[in-house]
Amino acid sequence: MDDQKKMAIIATKGTLDWAYPPFILASTAAALGYETQIFFTFYGLQMLRKDLSGLKVSPLGNPGMPMKMPFGPKWFKEINWNIPNAVQSLVPFYEDVATTLMKQTIKNNGVATIPELRELCQEAEVKFIACQMTVELFGFEHSDFIDGVEYGGAATFFEFAGETDICLFI
Amino acid sequence: MNFDKELDAKGLNCPLPILRTKKTLNEMTSGQVLRVIATDPGSVKDFAAFAKQTGNELLSSAEAGSEYTFFIKKK
Repeated sequence: MDDQKKMAIIATKGTLDWAYPPFILASTAAALGYETQIFFTFYGLQMLRKDLSGLKVSPLGNPGMPMKMPFGPKWFKEINWNIPNAVQSLVPFYEDVATTLMKQTIKNNGVATIPELRELCQEAEVKFIACQMTVELFGFEHSDFIDGVEYGGAATFFEFAGETDICLFI
Repeated sequence: MNFDKELDAKGLNCPLPILRTKKTLNEMTSGQVLRVIATDPGSVKDFAAFAKQTGNELLSSAEAGSEYTFFIKKK
């Protein structure tokens, strides 16, 4: 085995919040000199789509997610809107509103957007592999995804993952 | 301290200060010094870790108010 450090990530989630860890860790690993691959499978395929507007965040069923407003006076921003699941599930477009608010909070905090982080990964030569089986399972076409993606299966993943220093399932 | 290039990473949050630093260092030559100014409190530990792992030397790390200034010498 050579001295080159390597990291592999399996990305399985398809929401805006869970798109952060794979792209943050992969871009940082690349900056630190790691050869890095992300294997996208199941809902993780959402992160490879040309159009990322489908990535949303849902506070429904997520007691760990504080709902704070990204605008208004200080006292207003500090309120934690504790909205019961039963109400959340009934309000139309609840996820769209929550997603809009989260995007504003991200912007206010100087946190990168997902398209930005994905581009930084690509610039740093992080290799993206899409799971061909789930691409077919969900009825995607290769043309739904950005350029530079490779398509493969579990064996393709292990070929690289077996030689890594760090291997994460997200 | 003298420096050859400066990077303004104010207002940026993890991992952007490190990613921009790496990108800027790529454009520099060995031995040159980069000054980075950041406001992310997490960057203090991050820049030390970045230097240790990449072999670029962290010449100094200073805090003034809510700003952090780093001098990094390219490997």
